Amino acid sequence: MFTIDPRRTDLALEFKRCPFGPHSPELQAVLNVLRSARHCQNLLLVCTRPHAEWVLAEKQPDGRPPRLFSDPVFTTLEDAEWHAFRLRWEAVTGEKLAV
Amino acid sequence: MMPLLPRVLGYANPLSVAPGETIRFMVGTLDGPRRYRAEIVRVISSDTGPGGPGLKTEPLRTPITGEHVGSPQPIDAGSYVRVPNPAVLTGLTRFTLEAYIQPTRVPVRPAPRPQAIMGTWAEDTQEGWALVLDEAGALAFQAGAGTDAQARVSTGRPLTARRWYRVTAMVDLGAGAVTLDQAPLPDHAVTVEAPARVTAGLPALPAAAADDLFLGAVRRGVEGGRLFTTWHFNGKIDRPTISRDGESIARWDLAADIATDHVTDRSGQRLHGRTVNAPKRAVTGHNWDGTEMDWRRAPEQYGAIHFHDDDLYDAGWTPSHTVTIPADARSGVYALRLEAEGGPPFWVVFYVRPRRGAPRAPVAFLASTATYLAYSNYRARMRPSPAELYIGALPTVDTTDLLLMYHPELGGSTYDTHSDGSGVCHVSRLRPIVNTRPTGRPWNLFLDFSLLDWLEAQGQAYDVVTDDDLHREGVALLDGYRVVLTGCHPEYHSREMLDALEGFLGRRGRLMYMGGNGFYWRVSYPSSHPGMIELRRAEDGTRAWAESVGEYYHSSTGEYGGLWRRQGRAPNALVGIGFVAQGFDRSSYYRRTPASRDPRARFMFEGVEDEILGNFGLFGAGAAGLELDAANAALGTPAHALVVASSEEHSNAFQLVNEEMNVSFAGSDGRFSAAVRADMVFFEHPAGGAVFSTGSIAYVGSLADKGYDNNISRLTLNVLRRFLDPKPFSMP
Repeated sequence: MFTIDPRRTDLALEFKRCPFGPHSPELQAVLNVLRSARHCQNLLLVCTRPHAEWVLAEKQPDGRPPRLFSDPVFTTLEDAEWHAFRLRWEAVTGEKLAV
Repeated sequence: MMPLLPRVLGYANPLSVAPGETIRFMVGTLDGPRRYRAEIVRVISSDTGPGGPGLKTEPLRTPITGEHVGSPQPIDAGSYVRVPNPAVLTGLTRFTLEAYIQPTRVPVRPAPRPQAIMGTWAEDTQEGWALVLDEAGALAFQAGAGTDAQARVSTGRPLTARRWYRVTAMVDLGAGAVTLDQAPLPDHAVTVEAPARVTAGLPALPAAAADDLFLGAVRRGVEGGRLFTTWHFNGKIDRPTISRDGESIARWDLAADIATDHVTDRSGQRLHGRTVNAPKRAVTGHNWDGTEMDWRRAPEQYGAIHFHDDDLYDAGWTPSHTVTIPADARSGVYALRLEAEGGPPFWVVFYVRPRRGAPRAPVAFLASTATYLAYSNYRARMRPSPAELYIGALPTVDTTDLLLMYHPELGGSTYDTHSDGSGVCHVSRLRPIVNTRPTGRPWNLFLDFSLLDWLEAQGQAYDVVTDDDLHREGVALLDGYRVVLTGCHPEYHSREMLDALEGFLGRRGRLMYMGGNGFYWRVSYPSSHPGMIELRRAEDGTRAWAESVGEYYHSSTGEYGGLWRRQGRAPNALVGIGFVAQGFDRSSYYRRTPASRDPRARFMFEGVEDEILGNFGLFGAGAAGLELDAANAALGTPAHALVVASSEEHSNAFQLVNEEMNVSFAGSDGRFSAAVRADMVFFEHPAGGAVFSTGSIAYVGSLADKGYDNNISRLTLNVLRRFLDPKPFSMP
């Protein structure tokens, strides 16, 4: 199975520059792992003020409402994507993303 | 963190009205009575934010405008059969209950509760009797004569989900004894399960008078004159019977009248009933052997009903307001905007069609109300799933969407699964709908407002008609219109709707298909359930869930469900293109093809010098995105159709759809596959009309760029102007 090389912070920077694609094949491989069932954190983005504020939430099983995280509050979708990427990078590689 | 949810909800009936006609609004508040403000507005543009036109509404003067006080209106979700006043059961103390059942949710988690198969049990009075699955999922008999005299006997052995059983209860209330039998039917499973039989004593109980008998639920009580139910069964019940000493008291034939809500008793005792909340019929029964797939050809193998504890047809709310639409109201998309302190506004969308018998505008916008309904109360993205892998970004919702997760009784969409994991194949507009509105996640109607806003900006007069009108009235609805514009994602169609659009083209009509993934799924409108559609996600396609084997035929019409392309009516034949790919992160652009220089297409490109079209837009920053259609002669794209532009350079998130590949293969995403593209198509119709198709849902999001002065807007206006010209098109 493909594993993420935590030294490839260049791929993280590529994502930060352009979170909504198109991505290089190498970055796409990283995203496939971060978003896959094995590592899926079931994240959801909840807009709390139209066009202005979003918070992350964690989806719950059994039809229960998602758990919303009040902090941080994002003011752009790009910021939210980058935050989720960093969280998952650390969870999957065991190393904090140092960029 | 608790989100701020709407505090007032509502729905309208009917869906579309003409000026001078009345419409009813059913309004309910959440968390107790409260004041709310109501106003009817014509909606012109959705809340695109600062990058687009933004929310534009125009008030409609009606007496509803102002402050009101509302109260909660509860919803009794969960399907069942109700047999009213079964007098023959009164005084009955010795009887046998029998049925074949296939439970689908045993036990009910996370909060175990009984699931009723049949009986007269009433939770509020604790009287009557019922054959149930108990909290653990074992067969049980429940009986009582008030709160001080109750009994329950159980086999103590939980049933296995999705296995068929024959279950029997031989009851003698007078003698105080019951024998329960749960016998798994032979199937192809490797695991063997022994039958269970239990005989136990009961306290002697008097026979209670039964108000009603239920299959699949029991009575919870009556509030405000309305019946409420509980202990809903999840799964199938087949051939339920009640007998005494070998004589039938009730013998329900669930294969009879499948297309209706009628339930027929063959015992001669006339214990006929009605289904409530539209459980799924035309489902395989305990004896289905796979030799027939069509319930009409082997009804004896389709003698079951599949009940769900979250089925919902009609919320049944009391009308709060009845409004007569002013005679001078213009046709359009309207909404009752409700707002209570402490929550965001709630939008109850409805449609005002042109005055009956009055001159029509030359252009009709055909609102995709079948598709809006198919997506109504979409929960799937708020449930654990790998959605992010096909979206290509974090799934996004707002706090109005979240309301669904706090109120499961509002029901789901056809993209959701029931609590037992089976697909939702019935959806109804007779309930509050959270996601057909001009705010929130950009999809469906939200996106279609970009087209209406553009028509307004062009000063183009237009009427609004709906899929529901088209289904009901056929091509006559479109008589008098020169041009019909679809929405950006007209995905769901009945046969009657397709026939009407074909008929329109046959009368020299001009059709502008303004989107992607259109004319894809077959739906039907059950005549027994006005306001509801039926869908069977059969066989193939990009499916939120897969239809159960043997259940591909609609219960309401007997039609074979699934994709129109699998039924000889691929969208390519109607509009030149059909669905090929989807992705939801970033949109792309079109590049003109050599065919765009064909003299037949010259009118389209007058004043458009650019090679690249639509490299801008509100929905993913490009005109080609979200869901894409391409031409395909093998599926019926007319030989003379001109592909005047095609999109390119799509992101990795765009994947070729599975019905486009017989064998899964690598390299099928937008970075590798040239098949991942939108084709913009024009062709003439032999009757003198013509078709223009954009092939992309995101297209309409480019119309407003640079103050509506851009190549997508110009191209679309060129097409619209020529299509409005009555001069017939000639076949090449």
